[in-house]
Amino acid sequence: MSNLPTELKYAKSHEWARDEGDGTITVGITDHAQDQLGDLVFVDLPEEGDSVDAGTDCAVVESVKAASDIYTPASGEIVAVNTALADSPELVNASAFGDGWLFKVKMSDPSELDNLLDADGYQAVAAAEEH
Amino acid sequence: MLIQEQSREGRRASSQAPLQQVGQLSIPARFRRRSQPALPEVSEMQVVRHYTRLSQKNFSIDTHFYPLGSCTMKYNPRGCNTLAMLPGFLGRHPEAPENHSQGFLACMHDLQESLKEITGMRAVCLSPAAGSQGEFAGVAMIRAYHDARGDTARSEILVPDAAHGTNPASAVMCGYKVREIPTGPEGDIDVDALRQALGPQTAGIMLTNPSTLGVFDRCIGEIAGLVHEAGGLLYYDGANLNAILGKVRPGDMGFDVIHINLHKTFSTPHGGGGPGAGPVGVSARLEPYLPVPMVQKEGDSYRWLTEQDRPDSIGRLSAFAGNAGILLRAFVYARMLGRDGMARVAEYSTLNANYMLKKLQKAGFEAAYPNRRATHEFIITLRREARALGVNTMDYAKRLLDYGFHAPTTYFPLLVPECLLIEPTESEDKDTLDAFIEALITIEEEAESDPELVKGAPHTLPVKRLDDVRAARELDLAWKPGAE
Repeated sequence: MSNLPTELKYAKSHEWARDEGDGTITVGITDHAQDQLGDLVFVDLPEEGDSVDAGTDCAVVESVKAASDIYTPASGEIVAVNTALADSPELVNASAFGDGWLFKVKMSDPSELDNLLDADGYQAVAAAEEH
Repeated sequence: MLIQEQSREGRRASSQAPLQQVGQLSIPARFRRRSQPALPEVSEMQVVRHYTRLSQKNFSIDTHFYPLGSCTMKYNPRGCNTLAMLPGFLGRHPEAPENHSQGFLACMHDLQESLKEITGMRAVCLSPAAGSQGEFAGVAMIRAYHDARGDTARSEILVPDAAHGTNPASAVMCGYKVREIPTGPEGDIDVDALRQALGPQTAGIMLTNPSTLGVFDRCIGEIAGLVHEAGGLLYYDGANLNAILGKVRPGDMGFDVIHINLHKTFSTPHGGGGPGAGPVGVSARLEPYLPVPMVQKEGDSYRWLTEQDRPDSIGRLSAFAGNAGILLRAFVYARMLGRDGMARVAEYSTLNANYMLKKLQKAGFEAAYPNRRATHEFIITLRREARALGVNTMDYAKRLLDYGFHAPTTYFPLLVPECLLIEPTESEDKDTLDAFIEALITIEEEAESDPELVKGAPHTLPVKRLDDVRAARELDLAWKPGAE
């Protein structure tokens, strides 16, 4: 976990959020999360236009080991989803912080981002799980 | 090779299939198919050989030790099959009138009564055709109960994080939101977290006790009190009933509704994924909502209870009355064991599990809950091996196949990393348990001396390590004519 991007915000439930500066965030799962899940075989994403509440499940990632709910870190409207994942779920394994992003949310309350962890805070959470 | 690939045009089993087309003319033209079905054209002997070979490639309880945790793969006594296949049972049509079915109905009534006694519930319906359908029926009854009282604000079902995945699925199927309750360090439910989650929105809680962690929840009395106080009901998932058979009754623990997996605890065959039977039992307050049909004894005769008798029933779950052949096998099993035999099942299955746990701990394996006595199953975690040797639980499981053992349940429950959930059942003798333990110890040595050997397993079976990722990404499930 040495290469945890410091510009991102993190949720305890292993999602990351990147503030795009235009009122939207991009959401994905962390490299630690994809590593724990193993090879992904299916990603179920929300629909564009869906409205979502912070902390509620709005996507599912499935590996051969387990299916995991993905919780949106902030409330708002889904404005984009990563359609490439339909055919290539392995992008999440290969590039959790990059091409493997899941969806973008137009935030209704940007202050919700303050509830998230920074890289150090998340690192501690992930390390505690691994003990 | 698929049986379709053995097909050759015009080949047939002429002693089995009549040459002349029969019966077609009575089917109205619009219902007749216009093309021939794509069935393989093979001889009778080809069919026999094909399926016999397939069955020989399989692991089954009749050929191998099968300690698949939470599945209770115990011996299926041949006597149960023999009696369930008496001509009077086999030839009985499900539409046969009640006065021609008194023997069958008497058996079903007796099974209902036995299950009531075993579980401590007020009434039992046998008709759910699987554990999952029993769960659905159970949660539907919880919903019917709250709705009948006008208590419609109850929107949540609580489910511990150790639960079988079917529990949250059943709750969602019945329109509930699921709230997860965490587990404490010793495997019991976190009662403080439960207290905080309970409220006027709570419809009920779904519990397995003993839980999937292989321990008995010691707080069950307190949990039942808290849930009832909040106006919720308690659902008992009967997956692990084997551990407490004849010892403790879910009804006495405070549960309002239970499903029983007859294909686990009552030893009906289920190695092929079914058919199952998931009878439901309920406390007095849920009795009006039980599914139909049920069997009632009136004087010396028996009859079906239907919607007319039970207007508040949640209704029918399947055609007729569930899997009759499976219910009959369970009935025979229950009668063969009797009351004393039930308790012996719990004692020996628990003894076998604890014996294996202690021996494996002595050999250096890490128990997930070392301070707890195991129930009929237990968990070891191979997280140390996975980290130190790079050999994980799946590798151990595959290597066990080489040694002639079906693997235990792997990576479930999700709470315990790199886990094996081991359930020996009461059927196995000490020699078999020792041989399995020896195999695990040998694999541990191999993992240290030659990790690639374990990672590449199985080596001795007709099918080697499968590419499960590719299989899931590129689904290939159905044979199509002309496809190679």
